[in-house]
Amino acid sequence: MPPVELLLMLLLIATVIVVARLKDLFAAAMLTGIASLLAAGLFVLMDAVDVAFTEAAVGAGVSTVLFLGALSLTSRREKQERTRILPILIVAATGAALIYGTWDMPAYGDPDAVIHHHLAPELIAETEKKIHIPNIVTAILASFRGYDTFGEVVVIFTAGVGVALLLGGLGLRRRDERGEEES
Amino acid sequence: MKPPSRVREMPILRVIARALVPVILLFGLYVQFHGDFGPGGGFQAGVIFAAGFIIFALVFGAEALRQVVPVVLTERLMAAGVLLYGAVGVVAMFLGGEFLNYSALDPLTTGHHGQHLGIIVIELGVGIAVAATIMRVYYAFVGRRPDEDGTDADPALDTGAGGEVS
Repeated sequence: MPPVELLLMLLLIATVIVVARLKDLFAAAMLTGIASLLAAGLFVLMDAVDVAFTEAAVGAGVSTVLFLGALSLTSRREKQERTRILPILIVAATGAALIYGTWDMPAYGDPDAVIHHHLAPELIAETEKKIHIPNIVTAILASFRGYDTFGEVVVIFTAGVGVALLLGGLGLRRRDERGEEES
Repeated sequence: MKPPSRVREMPILRVIARALVPVILLFGLYVQFHGDFGPGGGFQAGVIFAAGFIIFALVFGAEALRQVVPVVLTERLMAAGVLLYGAVGVVAMFLGGEFLNYSALDPLTTGHHGQHLGIIVIELGVGIAVAATIMRVYYAFVGRRPDEDGTDADPALDTGAGGEVS
């Protein structure tokens, strides 16, 4: 693995371990933002700029603010609990199984990997002729997979409606309407 | 009533936020409308746009943001974004193509203008829906007050909440 990737990966692992061990939830929330930023850096190095964009904006930005918003309603410190063995064993076993699963994957950056030979050359050659825009990622997401992306937008909308109904905000709405009448 | 938080009295934060927010919003628009040439697209642009507004709310308070973008407006824009996306598909059907077949949007040429137009409009729909949803979620989070027995809530953690509308 190239040194920069290795460094980012080690920093990411260190950050995640610290987040899991911290009792101060404010510091933990800030560190999850840093973990997202490190992950975004890794995605940039893997040339997945669109994913890095999303990770930096959602993971490091918005979700950290939402964590803090939730924290302002509750305690800043995690309650002390005795260490339990069974959950640690389950997590360790799951992690070991996932790492074992990655052994079958092609090596990082391997040009002979299946993903670089199935569909990808065809899409790279044909997309610009068919869709006439240079960004292949956008062409695939917005045009070839227009149905999927429409479904994703509906999912986001549904999530927003769900949060609005559960967490609220009818009070917010009423105050809003009252404010409009007053102004 | 909550005492004014120290964050909002810090002149450096206020000045930086004032300077930064327009740049973030402009960058969001760039990512939105340049998404077919460079990296980015509707989702990323929507998140960046909403993040710009949320930074404004963090420094100046959620109430200040609600005067710019009322909660009702975010709810309507959430639906409007989804409907805009769906409408492109339906318009394509009326013009003789399949649902979301953008080539039908431009029957006079071989269809590549239609593809370009369709992608720009649906990305705009995605951007509007995502930005409005994230702001609505932010409002839902900061709109809550600690419960009556929530005595261990930490008022030092200020995410823009507090300050009732008079």
